[in-house]
Amino acid sequence: MADLKRTPLYNEHVRCGGKLVEFHGWELPVQYANGIIKEAKAVREDMGVFDVSHMGEIFLRGRDALKAAECLVTNNVSKLKYGEICYSPMCYEDGGIVDDLLVYKKTSEEILMVVNASNVEKDFNWIKQNTESFDVEVLNKSDQYAQLAVQGPNVEEKLQEYSGVRLDQIPFYSFKEGPFNGIDCLISRTGYTGEDGFEFYTSTEAVIPLWRKLIEIGAKPAGLGARDLLRFEACYMLYGNEITNETTPLEAGLKWTVDFTMDFIGKTALEQQEEKGLERRLKAFEVTEKGGIPRTGNKIFNGDQEIGFVTTGNKSTTLNKIVALGYVPSKGYKLGKEVEIEIRENKRLKAKVVKKPFYVGSVNPDKHSKKKWKQ
Amino acid sequence: MKKYTKSHEWIEATEGIATVGISEHAQEQLGDIVYVDLPGEGDTLKKGDTLCSIESVKSANDVYTPVSGEVVEINNSLEDRPETINESAEGEGWICKIKLSDESEVDGLMSLEEYKKMVESEG
Repeated sequence: MADLKRTPLYNEHVRCGGKLVEFHGWELPVQYANGIIKEAKAVREDMGVFDVSHMGEIFLRGRDALKAAECLVTNNVSKLKYGEICYSPMCYEDGGIVDDLLVYKKTSEEILMVVNASNVEKDFNWIKQNTESFDVEVLNKSDQYAQLAVQGPNVEEKLQEYSGVRLDQIPFYSFKEGPFNGIDCLISRTGYTGEDGFEFYTSTEAVIPLWRKLIEIGAKPAGLGARDLLRFEACYMLYGNEITNETTPLEAGLKWTVDFTMDFIGKTALEQQEEKGLERRLKAFEVTEKGGIPRTGNKIFNGDQEIGFVTTGNKSTTLNKIVALGYVPSKGYKLGKEVEIEIRENKRLKAKVVKKPFYVGSVNPDKHSKKKWKQ
Repeated sequence: MKKYTKSHEWIEATEGIATVGISEHAQEQLGDIVYVDLPGEGDTLKKGDTLCSIESVKSANDVYTPVSGEVVEINNSLEDRPETINESAEGEGWICKIKLSDESEVDGLMSLEEYKKMVESEG
């Protein structure tokens, strides 16, 4: 696998029995020796660690950093206090999605945007191009940062004694900077699994001892396969599947991330879509008969009529159910509505609309809310 | 004695009945198996036809029959425990038994040694 980028933890992955695959130009472990199901279970029940160093880190620096961020993303960044984070789509003028990302407010003159590995170049160019009129510098520092996601219900308790910052004082979607086992980190209470946990950003050198320490404390290494399965069970979006340049945040069920009181790129298109009414919407399905597993791109039918397509399908190993996410018309597909999914030519399986998410893990915005913590 | 195919199935034939499964190597490549779409008893198949589909958390994979004949027995326990294939691909994780319509088809398959060489060369 020539020309593929490797994270600083490449040798650690090999040592842990990682099965390395190509992922958007990176060579990353899809799983380790124990397999995806056990890795996912470790995250759901205890603590797992993912190397997500391939994620991109783009900084906005300068007097207009905050204003620039406000104009780029659909969510309301102006509400963020120092040390707070928000999840947001970033849209094109037509409302299609450039990427989904996390916005970290470090200071009023320094904003960190954490973006998908597959989109770093595209995002960087888009951000630069659309902030020319602002007093802001756009910096792609992806190569200087490594990132680990430590996820699971026991993470806070197990990591606290090694942390120089009080982990219980980092509310949901907030971060602090400080040492962990003597290693300088930015630690945020965020993740992509549906479980409570933290993401650690550190230097490419320091990430190796950090990874080793986390494993010594009991975190089980988990790969891309488990990451995708876990985010899917929690119904988190995957760029390229649920959200693309052809889907809008409204269609994807991300209206909660769109603040129409702000002026952002794509606002007019989204307002028009909202006013006209959505033609299609992302829904969750449970397959109710045996015969296989729906996969990305499978067609969805109502009787003989093709009505939509699957964005992700898999067996939820946590729930022991076969489930899928997919786009169907926004009208007429309420909970319980029966459809059919064509898993291959001439083979359709009965399925019904169910509630999102499929699974609610230990992630608890209320327990760790910013408000409660401040009282 | 077991024989193997290029597409990573194994068979073991005795008295005109062949037990069929996927190789240890194939199971390793697939990762955690979560669903087996088993063939039907009484299905008549030609060598190379799709026998069944095995789904892992990553993907769906077709299994081809290495021989022609009639499916006479199915390992129904795979319906509830597909992971048996991960645990014992070339033992308890067998898929079905086929009554051979042409026993000479077995001779054309690879021995374990030949199969191992092929897997190594695929690297």
